[in-house]
Amino acid sequence: MHYWLSTLIGVPVLGALGVAAVKNELRAKQATLAVSLLVLVLTVVMAVQFSPNGDKFQFTEKYSWVPSFGIHFGLGVDGIALVLILLSAVLVPIVVLASWHEAEAGKRSVRMYFALLLVLEAMMIGVFAATDVFLFYVFFEAMLIPMYFMIGSYGGAQRSYAAVKFLLYSLFGGLLMLVAVIALYSIADKGSFMFTDLVGSVQDVGTQKWLFLGFFIAFAIKAPLWPFHTWLPDAAAQAPAGAAVLLVGVLDKVGTYGMLRFCLELFPDAAHYFTPLVLVLSVVGIVYGAIVAIGQTDMKRLIAYTSISHFGFITMGVFAISVNAGSGATLYMVNHGFSTGALFLIAGFLIHRRGSQYISDYGGVQKVAPILAGTFLVAGLSGLALPGLSSFVSEFMVLIGSYETHAVYAIIATSGVVLAAIYILWMYQRTMNGPTAESVRDIKDLNGREKWVVAPLIAVIIALGFFPKPLLDVINPAVTDSISQVQHVKQESVAQEGQ
Amino acid sequence: MTTHYLVLSALLFVIGGVGVLVRRNAIVVFMCVELMLNACNLAFVTFARQNGNLDGQIIAFFVMIVAAAEVVIGLAIIVTIFRTRRSASVDDVNLLKY
Amino acid sequence: MEPAKIIEHSGGVIGVSWLLIALPLLGAAVLLLGGRRTDRFGHLLGVATAVASFVVGVLVFVQLLGFDPAERRLAVPLYDFIPGLTKMGLLIDPLSISFVLLITGVGSLIHIYSIGYMAHDPNRRRFFAYLNLFVAAMLLLVLADNYVGLYVGWEGVGLASYLLIGFWQHKPAAATAAKKAFIVNRVGDFGLAIGIFTIFTAFNSVSFAGVMASEAHPSQGTLTAIGLLLLLGACGKSAQLPLQSWLLDAMEGPTPVSALIHAATMVTAGVYLVTRSGAMFFPEGSTAAIAVTIVGVATLLAGAIIGTAKDDIKKALAGSTMSQIGYMMLAAGIGPAGYAFAIAHLITHGFFKADMFLGAGSVMHAMNDEVNMRKYGGLRKVMPITFATFLVGYLAIIGFPLLSGYFTKDGIIESVMEHSATLGWLAVLGAGITGFYMSRLVFMTFFGQKRWEADAHPHESPAVMTWPLIILSVGSIFLGAFLILGNRFMTFLAPAVGRPEELPSFHPFSVAGLATLALVAAGAAFAWVKYGKAEVPVVAPRGSFLTTFARRDLYGDALNEALFMRPGQWLTRLAVFFDNRGIDGLVNGLAAGIGGTSGRLRRVQTGFVRSYALSIFVGAAILVGAWFVVGNL
Repeated sequence: MHYWLSTLIGVPVLGALGVAAVKNELRAKQATLAVSLLVLVLTVVMAVQFSPNGDKFQFTEKYSWVPSFGIHFGLGVDGIALVLILLSAVLVPIVVLASWHEAEAGKRSVRMYFALLLVLEAMMIGVFAATDVFLFYVFFEAMLIPMYFMIGSYGGAQRSYAAVKFLLYSLFGGLLMLVAVIALYSIADKGSFMFTDLVGSVQDVGTQKWLFLGFFIAFAIKAPLWPFHTWLPDAAAQAPAGAAVLLVGVLDKVGTYGMLRFCLELFPDAAHYFTPLVLVLSVVGIVYGAIVAIGQTDMKRLIAYTSISHFGFITMGVFAISVNAGSGATLYMVNHGFSTGALFLIAGFLIHRRGSQYISDYGGVQKVAPILAGTFLVAGLSGLALPGLSSFVSEFMVLIGSYETHAVYAIIATSGVVLAAIYILWMYQRTMNGPTAESVRDIKDLNGREKWVVAPLIAVIIALGFFPKPLLDVINPAVTDSISQVQHVKQESVAQEGQ
Repeated sequence: MTTHYLVLSALLFVIGGVGVLVRRNAIVVFMCVELMLNACNLAFVTFARQNGNLDGQIIAFFVMIVAAAEVVIGLAIIVTIFRTRRSASVDDVNLLKY
Repeated sequence: MEPAKIIEHSGGVIGVSWLLIALPLLGAAVLLLGGRRTDRFGHLLGVATAVASFVVGVLVFVQLLGFDPAERRLAVPLYDFIPGLTKMGLLIDPLSISFVLLITGVGSLIHIYSIGYMAHDPNRRRFFAYLNLFVAAMLLLVLADNYVGLYVGWEGVGLASYLLIGFWQHKPAAATAAKKAFIVNRVGDFGLAIGIFTIFTAFNSVSFAGVMASEAHPSQGTLTAIGLLLLLGACGKSAQLPLQSWLLDAMEGPTPVSALIHAATMVTAGVYLVTRSGAMFFPEGSTAAIAVTIVGVATLLAGAIIGTAKDDIKKALAGSTMSQIGYMMLAAGIGPAGYAFAIAHLITHGFFKADMFLGAGSVMHAMNDEVNMRKYGGLRKVMPITFATFLVGYLAIIGFPLLSGYFTKDGIIESVMEHSATLGWLAVLGAGITGFYMSRLVFMTFFGQKRWEADAHPHESPAVMTWPLIILSVGSIFLGAFLILGNRFMTFLAPAVGRPEELPSFHPFSVAGLATLALVAAGAAFAWVKYGKAEVPVVAPRGSFLTTFARRDLYGDALNEALFMRPGQWLTRLAVFFDNRGIDGLVNGLAAGIGGTSGRLRRVQTGFVRSYALSIFVGAAILVGAWFVVGNL
């Protein structure tokens, strides 16, 4: 029996308690960094032992939790969950380092902020590792709590509004999902909430559709898919940069991960039935998110809207039901975490220096802070899926895979690449190019700590841009398995039409 | 035969109820509540007699005990309010609102 | 004759041909990551990697020549790029090696030239880093053995172009031009990307070898669609109509950039794409091929017309570049008979246009970065070397007999003429206009009166700048004859792109050739009358409607603005408004509605005990009433 996953969840929880108990602020920060690095090391060591072509779920653990309802504390990862856990484990230490002075202006103590970060890390790992549907739900909702406090206590001027909006939106979706989870349990009548027990247990297509919707709406809000997206710009713009990175980079991925894991595998018939609807929403999201992003005046909101566009690509990839698109979507979840994370962090550094989120307050920063501008450009170019940077591989895979099965949607979605160039480069031009604005004349370039934040992200972005194979080798079998049910349904329906 | 008792009980209950609704003096309202309780007691006893078992009688005792306890607490509250606000009108104690 | 089969090979220098790309990439990485520490030797490292890459290129070329002609298509596998989609590998064949030699050769010369040109720029190191990055990306573009790799290089050169056009990014015009170039190119890339998707779906492969060997036979409609989509990509990168508008603005970049990227190499990538895909998606006479010829001929005329009216020396040259690439496209569109001429013209154009751009840079260097030709004049005496080399380039481009351009352009016109007389005569007309606008440029710059600004003290440029000019002009003289005479280049290129069964023969005195010469001479004479002999006004005269038409780039920008930019801005504003008021308004409205309702309902808690008692009473009455009703049902 392994204890890998419970260790990965336990270490940050214990770390959080420790950090909360430490009196000295600096010690608390250092402890947080140490704990998150330890988690990273453990995750990497675990990931290396993962065998891509082995069992579907590996490193499984299972403890009975509420025996009378068959609820288990069940953990395990497949390729999809593994890369997302890796993403979380890599991002957290970076965010810790980036948030070094972020929490000072907050309403609560600095120690609290870092403790919350670690709690959040535990929840994120837990939600991806859960193999019990009820446990997944618990982590899904529990994740909201630390994030709520991080936005509400350490955020910008509108933080309360943003935090409450985020919480209510997510809770609403979560409750729909809870209903669906319980209904699934009672309809399946297996006396167990374990995912593997529930797969294939609902045969009736009508029932599947309702349950699908319960899960899907929760994930669509989380992802967020158009038109459930308006909480994200508010939350991301008000959250401290570090929290925004985890919010957009990891938390939102739970939505798309959930679609791939639960919606497709548990309800293949319904997924097949709803595919056109989801694809329409995705394509609308891609184009609409990009167009609205072009019109933003606030840097963080702009980045948030670009993410809405990117999430459109991810959901399209998930529901295009082809291996290339599905793997591309999964890889996109990881790549988007890095590239948007880098964008948010560098924008955060810039905003921290000048004290304004408005694009119009900047200009000509390139002249005074060339490294900041250069790294911002690299992150931005990854955001517009420039070949050689990581997002390209995933976006290309999503599009080529979607084109195989749904050519028209893919073509419309491809117009997103033009729009992406507009929103990124226009923002870059307005902030970094041109004559240096009076107000930014004295700002400093990235300092040592900030370089250490940005360097690993840029390195990962470039490395995955040229050599995505290590991740894809892990992702491909898992995705093939995930979409096989829906593919089967699709072939049957095609065969029926043929008759 | 027991009809008269029941009619009397209903009349007492209605008098008490109207009193609770229309009177302002807290003491009177309180007495009206007692009247309603005793109307119930009368009904209980009547039904006990009619049905030939003692359950109603027993419940009437319970009600009396509860009413006695209520009088102790209720009067104490009314007296305290009167001391602080110099009024026994229930309309004057409306601080606990939206 | 069909193109030869692609065989895997990884011996000798060819096995390490990835060095071609890796060397300049390494240079770029060192210079960008090294920061100011590398300022001192940055330019030298930049030159060294480019030259090293050229040396590797020559070695690969020599090894390739050692193979039997039918076996000169070698695939060098590198690594598994995107599992399940494509592997990455290089394709060494006559076509790609021709490009490699052009890119690294001309590229090295321009690197050397830039040492002098950028000597006073504080960011010279960064400039060389970007140039190296460009060379690496361009080499990947032409060497990749699959469409995805090509696409990576394709956007890579777009990035380098973006960075270099906007190199002086404190100038708003430069920043805007850079952004515009990237975005317009992305429109083309949109087409290229969908083309690649279609190729993958149709052939289940994106490698050239895989597509060629595929058993799948997609419908004619699919093939045409692929061809047209690739053409859209080519139009973006090669500044062909309707995506030409970015090239003129791109002249905001430093002049070596205009020479290397926007004249000699990157803008010819579209021609490469069409030629490389020719056998597969642009078969002779297909709809896609006809579209290529139409785009080519339209652009060659449009570019020439724009060139006639520009007073900015670089923009006049940019118009000329558009026009010359139009010739190449035209030739590439007519199939195997034209490929060799298209690529030969591409190579000679690379030499003489780079020569002229660098010459223009030398002039600007001398004239305090003045670009307005109306403020030049009489420079031939103070800048003899620049003048002489520029003159060679000029004679080459207008097709002066026996110089490079004469052979290659004449080859194009002759082969097009055989294909379609209409297109052929339009190409001849274009050559005539070329004669006019190039002569105008030379006369305004080097002849006539001095019209200099008061503080201008022109002088000849340093040797580090003139030597590249001299080498390029030597190429501009001899290269055409070397490639075309005896069909040397067509034979060499045949394994990669095929060739017509019957090799064309060179007719020095054909009707078309003589007509071309006559028209060019007439154009040059007209230019002499207007700009050589006559006084050139320092302030541009208003000019006729036609002049304005040409000056405003044939209203291309106005059209883009009216059709895309303004509606786009409206759409953006509308979308933002809809998002804030519509969707978010709905969400917030719902929240506000619930809040408002509760606020009103709360008023029921009045604090009056008697009203509570009444509500209890009413509630009880309703319950009893309901019980009676239900009980009696």
